[in-house]
Amino acid sequence: MTEKLANTPGAAPVRGPRNLIFEAGAPESRCVEAPALDVPLTAVDDLLGGRARTTAPALPSVTEIDIMRHYSHLASMNFGVDSGMYPLGSCTMKYNPRVNELACRLPGFAGIHPYQPEETVQGALELMVGLADALAEISGLPGVTLQPAAGAHGELTALMVIRAAHTARGDARKKVIIPDTAHGTNPASVTMCGYETVTILSDEKGQVDVEALKAALDEDVAAFMLTNPNTVGLFDENIVEITEAVHAVGAYAYCDGANLNAILGKARPGDMGFDAMHINLHKTFSTPHGGGGPGAGPICVSEELAGFLPGPLPVEFEDGSFGLGWPEHTIGRVRSFYGNFGVIVRAFAYVRALGGEGLKEVAEQAVLSANYLKCKLEGAFDVPYGRTCMHEFVMSGSRQKREHGVRTLDMAKRLLDYGFHPPTIYFPLLVEEAMMIEPTETEPLAALDAFAEVMLTIADEVARDPELVKAAPYTTPVRRLDEAGAARNPDLRWKPAGE
Amino acid sequence: MAHPNDRVYSKEHEWVVADGDIATIGISSFAQDQLGEVVYVDLPSEGDSLSAGDSFGEIESVKSVSELFAPVSGEVVEVNSALSDSPETVNSDPHGDGWMIKLRMEDAGELSALLSAEDYDAFITEG
Amino acid sequence: MRYIPVTCEQREAMLRAVGVSTIDELFSMIPESVRFDSALDLPDGLSEIELDALLRSLAGENEGAADLVSFLGAGCYDHYIPSVVDSVVSKPEFFTAYTPYQPEVSQGTLQAIYEYQSMICQLTGMDVSNASMYDGATAFVEAALMAARITKRHTMLCASTVHPEWQNTLATYADAGTLEIAEFPQVTGGVVNLADVEARLSAGDIGALLVQSPNFFGNFEDLAALGKLAHDAGALFVVAVNPILLGIVEPPSAYGADIVVGEGQPLGNAASYGGPGLGFFACAEKFVRQMPGRVVGRTTDVDGAMAFVLTLSTREQHIRREKATSNICSNHALNALTACVYMAAVGPHGLEGIARAALAKAHYLRDALLATGKFVAPWDAHFGYEFTLAYNGDVAEMHDAMLARGFLAGVSVADVEAEWPTGVADAENLVVFAVTEKRTKEEMDAFVEEVASL
Repeated sequence: MTEKLANTPGAAPVRGPRNLIFEAGAPESRCVEAPALDVPLTAVDDLLGGRARTTAPALPSVTEIDIMRHYSHLASMNFGVDSGMYPLGSCTMKYNPRVNELACRLPGFAGIHPYQPEETVQGALELMVGLADALAEISGLPGVTLQPAAGAHGELTALMVIRAAHTARGDARKKVIIPDTAHGTNPASVTMCGYETVTILSDEKGQVDVEALKAALDEDVAAFMLTNPNTVGLFDENIVEITEAVHAVGAYAYCDGANLNAILGKARPGDMGFDAMHINLHKTFSTPHGGGGPGAGPICVSEELAGFLPGPLPVEFEDGSFGLGWPEHTIGRVRSFYGNFGVIVRAFAYVRALGGEGLKEVAEQAVLSANYLKCKLEGAFDVPYGRTCMHEFVMSGSRQKREHGVRTLDMAKRLLDYGFHPPTIYFPLLVEEAMMIEPTETEPLAALDAFAEVMLTIADEVARDPELVKAAPYTTPVRRLDEAGAARNPDLRWKPAGE
Repeated sequence: MAHPNDRVYSKEHEWVVADGDIATIGISSFAQDQLGEVVYVDLPSEGDSLSAGDSFGEIESVKSVSELFAPVSGEVVEVNSALSDSPETVNSDPHGDGWMIKLRMEDAGELSALLSAEDYDAFITEG
Repeated sequence: MRYIPVTCEQREAMLRAVGVSTIDELFSMIPESVRFDSALDLPDGLSEIELDALLRSLAGENEGAADLVSFLGAGCYDHYIPSVVDSVVSKPEFFTAYTPYQPEVSQGTLQAIYEYQSMICQLTGMDVSNASMYDGATAFVEAALMAARITKRHTMLCASTVHPEWQNTLATYADAGTLEIAEFPQVTGGVVNLADVEARLSAGDIGALLVQSPNFFGNFEDLAALGKLAHDAGALFVVAVNPILLGIVEPPSAYGADIVVGEGQPLGNAASYGGPGLGFFACAEKFVRQMPGRVVGRTTDVDGAMAFVLTLSTREQHIRREKATSNICSNHALNALTACVYMAAVGPHGLEGIARAALAKAHYLRDALLATGKFVAPWDAHFGYEFTLAYNGDVAEMHDAMLARGFLAGVSVADVEAEWPTGVADAENLVVFAVTEKRTKEEMDAFVEEVASL
């Protein structure tokens, strides 16, 4: 039926009964207990003013070995970057260096409290300033905040900064323009910032339709949000004309920095005329995805916007010491404390490991690897934008759908059997049956060749035996799920018997 | 596969069966096929007033949401509450048990602006 | 270049395969006017040995939990982190994994999050929990936004005893969006004044009453009374709580909470200079379709095997775009996994014991500090393991002096007031002390002795 590669997740798939942590252990089981009381404790309910808990929460009662067995078992069912390649377009799933993990766990970083006096955390503040300065240099935009906890959070923060800038000059505006290729967080952030979303269509080359943009721009537009390189993997050649048109109506140009990996050291959004951008540390700067987070989404803004940034921000004083300060016209806070410091430490370590030259090599190899794969695959699959791509390219499964009734989803599931995570699918919305492929620079050539070979094998399987592909995957720990059932009758938590 | 000709259709893929001044409304077989497995239908309440073209609710599949648009104007007199337990009925029987709302029509003349089954089939083929 | 495995020779072969002779040809689509042709002005790259030395040097400049005895709290607490936590969380299959959009190869992440959701529901007494948000502050704001969607009322009534940083965050989001914040109710006795809350609720059209208990000062609010007031006015009841205390305190569900949020850092997460944190978020079942954030559900696969999957995705930005419940596109999965392992490691028995220990130690310290005569109790409120006292002297000087003696002597309310008002009188003398189960009698006695001698 199918061949399993040695590194297929769950190469010995666990098919036996699987339990929840609540079902392990016994009521008497213990792992970590409270220390013996060295001070008296009486009349707890009086101390609590009549609030004492009447029924204990039904948390697991397990031993340490129960925990390790259970979570090791769960880990064995998981695919990670350490397991194999994730060619996920716009996610930049590069390798997560181990020295970064060591760094964030150092007691001098992990064990400090945000309200400690500044003189006791000079190293932490210096590190934050160091990363902020590096991001300013890389982006070409001098005003930086490391506060946002995620890319989406960064987008929203930047829109708030833009709103404050317009309000400060008595020029409040109502709309934000996005292209139809925009990531869903863009319009969602626009709404959260009290603006109306206006969508313009891309041209046949997958770039911004400059005439459509100019027609949509007026003095009610606060900003234009663009990902560049864009979400079909192309650098928009008209970028300067675009940002100039945006500025001409007094609006700001925002760069969604998800695809920064393609242009590190080769081009800077600030130089393109962007006024603000967010950077995904968990994409471009190698911090781990953690199964969904935490990431970080620092934003870099122009001199003009810097005074509106959220605070507090780490700053370096003239005497070389470090502290926290507030921008002059700050919008306020967008979260508690200073930022996802543990993630910031990892990104700082990455930047210091690579240096400027190293970052440029990252972009060069990322772009070369993507073009290499595109060349290998463009015979078997439709590639709508055939010209040289940047760090990612988009393919369409429409030929396979048309000729054999097999969809991109089916081919993605079949990839799992061969030990690869699928590419990004069904995004951008512009391309039918889209597959967006981004290998990143950290994949060995052997992995790229293996991926290409597997994709061609699957294309072949689609033609010879479409039903095989449509029922994939076969060798993963679980097979295709009843997602409709999950949404119709949501079961979102375990309940003890009797609840 | 032709759509039944005992009813009329809108370009937003709703159908209407009129019985006196009561219009029963649902979505077409083509629409449910495009949506995939329906997981949730969000419908208005009895007594709500709708104008032709108004959104009267939403229909969700696992990975998409679509709005439902009133093909005619009127007051909602009945809502198919069975769909909250069994939204999949929209897939299995879109023209029968998968009905969504009944309206008391303000102006039955609005029906003439809708498409016959033949015209609707042509519309979805060319689109 | 150590994170790029492609060799020079291989790169040449790839260039030939693509049909170009230099890499720069692949960048030719970038218009010349915006090409960055110089070198980035950054320090040169470091080898791992040099990098390790640099990082240790920077870390070494910080004095942390290992060097100082800390009584700092205010949203970030020095609780014991069980050894199993890092053993699980540092497994590469967990931390190098992507978001579980392909459930067939993500059952580890998905099941762990389902277990986390279940545990949060057990702690808070609520019906459903999401897969977590960034931190307590943003979870608090998202609760307000959710209440506005549900009630269609955009004005929120927030107690000024809520953590000032959270109030600041709420105000920032309100300025930018559609929320309004009503005038804050008075604070009496270190807690929000019930009569004033009632008056402001009846002044009209409030979408939710937002409170935190224990509040920023460590005092318990009267959730029973507040919940009733909120519902009588047709507002939702949003409560922020401390997860450790839920081991010994009635969950907010008992008081009719509609949405419960909080900062989950105390559940096994390192302080880490305040981030990444863990915003937990739970609500009543009837509101689940308005709940923001990711959520994991249980289902089966084609073979009938138990399986977990991200579900109810139509609430989220990638499908609903500008009409999404939130723009959030991530969760703090690794911090949630941490909390899940922590809660499994301590269990109900351990959590109760830890909360009781912290409660006992905090009351011991407070009594001892009052006995020195250097502190006065500004209020008579009930508290958990955090409390506020007024110092008879200059708080900044006391802090400096105690730091020199190896102690982090609580949070100065005046410092916090500099950013955001807390609504209490004589804030300049107030200090908030947190005492976790890690503080020993010896440490506390030494602290009291030193502060008494200043």
